[in-house]
Amino acid sequence: MIQALVAVALVGVSALAVAVYPRSVLVFLLFQGSILFAYRARIPEWLRWSLLAAALLVLMPVIGYFNGYYLEVATQVGIFVALALGLNIVVGLAGLLDLGYVAFFAVGAYTWAIFGSPHANVVFGGESFPLAGGWFYLFLLVGLGVAALTGVLLGLPVLRLHGDYLAVVTLGFGEVIRVLANNLDKPINLTNGPKGITPISRPPAPLGLPYGEYFYFLALLIVVVVVLVNRRLEDSHIGRAWEAIREDELAARAMGVPLVRMKLMAFACGASFAGIMGVLFSAKQVFINPESFTFLESIGVLAMVILGGMGSIPGAILGATVVTVLNLQVLKGFSLWLNELKNAGVTVLGFSLADLPTQFEPAKYERMVFGIILVLMMIYRPQGIFPARRRQREMQ
Amino acid sequence: MDVALLIGIFPQVLLDGITLGFMYALIALGYTMVYGVLEFINFAHSEIFIVGAFVGVEVMLGLKSAGLLDGLPWPVVLVLVLLAGMAGSGFLAVTVERVAYRPLRNAPRLIPLISAIGISFFLQDMIRLFESLWRNAFNLVYPTLDALNLRFELTETLDVSVKSLVVIGAALGMLWLLHMIVNRTKVGTAIRAVAEDQAAASLMGIDVNRMISLTFLIGGAMGGAAGVLFGVQYGLINPYSGFIPGLKAFTAAVLGGIGNIPGAMVGGLVLGLLEAFAASYLSLLTGGAFGAEYKDILAFSMLILILIFRPKGLLGEVVRERA
Repeated sequence: MIQALVAVALVGVSALAVAVYPRSVLVFLLFQGSILFAYRARIPEWLRWSLLAAALLVLMPVIGYFNGYYLEVATQVGIFVALALGLNIVVGLAGLLDLGYVAFFAVGAYTWAIFGSPHANVVFGGESFPLAGGWFYLFLLVGLGVAALTGVLLGLPVLRLHGDYLAVVTLGFGEVIRVLANNLDKPINLTNGPKGITPISRPPAPLGLPYGEYFYFLALLIVVVVVLVNRRLEDSHIGRAWEAIREDELAARAMGVPLVRMKLMAFACGASFAGIMGVLFSAKQVFINPESFTFLESIGVLAMVILGGMGSIPGAILGATVVTVLNLQVLKGFSLWLNELKNAGVTVLGFSLADLPTQFEPAKYERMVFGIILVLMMIYRPQGIFPARRRQREMQ
Repeated sequence: MDVALLIGIFPQVLLDGITLGFMYALIALGYTMVYGVLEFINFAHSEIFIVGAFVGVEVMLGLKSAGLLDGLPWPVVLVLVLLAGMAGSGFLAVTVERVAYRPLRNAPRLIPLISAIGISFFLQDMIRLFESLWRNAFNLVYPTLDALNLRFELTETLDVSVKSLVVIGAALGMLWLLHMIVNRTKVGTAIRAVAEDQAAASLMGIDVNRMISLTFLIGGAMGGAAGVLFGVQYGLINPYSGFIPGLKAFTAAVLGGIGNIPGAMVGGLVLGLLEAFAASYLSLLTGGAFGAEYKDILAFSMLILILIFRPKGLLGEVVRERA
């Protein structure tokens, strides 16, 4: 009862606070914290889901209406939640460490980018491109399919590899995709090289929604679908087969788990989530180039999965939220704050901040954040913040 | 196609390939030694390598500001810088093992690997942070030593720079030294014993933890030396430039058979040559359709092919599969 009151109050107050202080990062974090609390609190199910729905479907777009940047952050969080859930299948459930995961995201993004922009005229000749915005919805599925196919193509040759070898080969694969995207402007100009592709068409937004809100809702919808698929998979015979492979490949095979088919399926499933989000990402950004698909992104997604807990759906969601917010808001906020202090000529312990070297920008240190997360989690809490039930029992 | 040109540049490309190959071999040793003992990929080795390059450049810049860079004879400078780079990287490698790997020694295989990736990323930004605060720049240029820039023109298309000779010579020296340590000393025997069977080795009175630290020290020092040579050869370094050479060196280690010290050398040379030839000939042979950028793709495709068709590498893996 008390928890229910607290949850309602927290969501209400934090939403109000955001309305009053639309520029404060801390207040926005409080709002996110209240959503997390509503999810974890011991309250009746109907109350929990209506609070979450109110927060995500009503309050968030309203906040976004006043401050578009928060909506942008929320959409990014949505994209990364889907990526983390996809990688969670490959790494968390099936135990195959994939260090080139962002390659599938790139495949999806380029699928729509090429056909949804005038660039396709360069590739195929003629004047029939870009495709009309309505094709975007079909391409969500096409991107999903192409990424899944790429996953199978990668999976086929590397299935025989174990553990760390697999990790390095997938890393190499990710780099290959990036190098290809960078260099396939000749002999055929497929990706337009480092210059990237622009402008990419956007679908017509229904009901005259602004694009910020539109992409937020679309990302939310995809995340909900992905979560549902994930939950159904987890307890299906496929999910159990994956977990059996993760725990002991030999024993799984002895029990009649078809290793090849299951591993390929894990790769394809994980890749397809990245593919569909890639399509959305390219439409949202209007412009893409290979810089968005570096090894750094792959490790970022891995850090999300590990922070939340491998194999755990709420964990992947939490991890994606925390890491994205940390990168987009906390590090940037710290940079801005430091700059303000510098300009104001503040001195700390007799050291004038204005004398700080100009090359020192806290916003650029996301690798350090990822690194610290990975190492500390591995040493102190390898099961993650919200461990999967099965894993929690193993650790006890 | 200009056949005369293709043949004409051959010796030069061969020399570049050998230089690059020895560099890869030195880095690959760090991967292979650690894998031999702990059966895990020390992902942070590429950063340990580049830290060597940064220690080297700091020492050189220090000597320069003290006015000693041109005052001392160049071999002395080179040896000083090499020793500094080796010490820096060696101690860093030992520290990393102590902090991030030792607590995880009995964890499932993926756990230390992920920790190593974390360390790798952490170190990249630590170098950047340090150099940003210290020099207000994190792309650093190696000061040139005039003697090293001398070139001997042997033929019209082949000139040998003192630099490449020094790199090859230094690498050969290191490899010989390592060979002697591992195969001819008591410590080397102990390291090999630990690689063979940790439990049995500890029953024979070998301090397993110390031997593992020592392995990291030696592997790190080799990486540091490679870092300094890398800086001397290519001039420009930044905190992130260790990553790709590290990956290539790992490929070289797998190519030669991971855990196998002569294998790392062979693998490094093969990969270095392959890359040098791809970089120079690919664009000529395909009429400019595929440029030198595809050499990375070639290296990674090779890694995949080897792992599929000859997973134990060219010279064979010397560690047993852990159940």
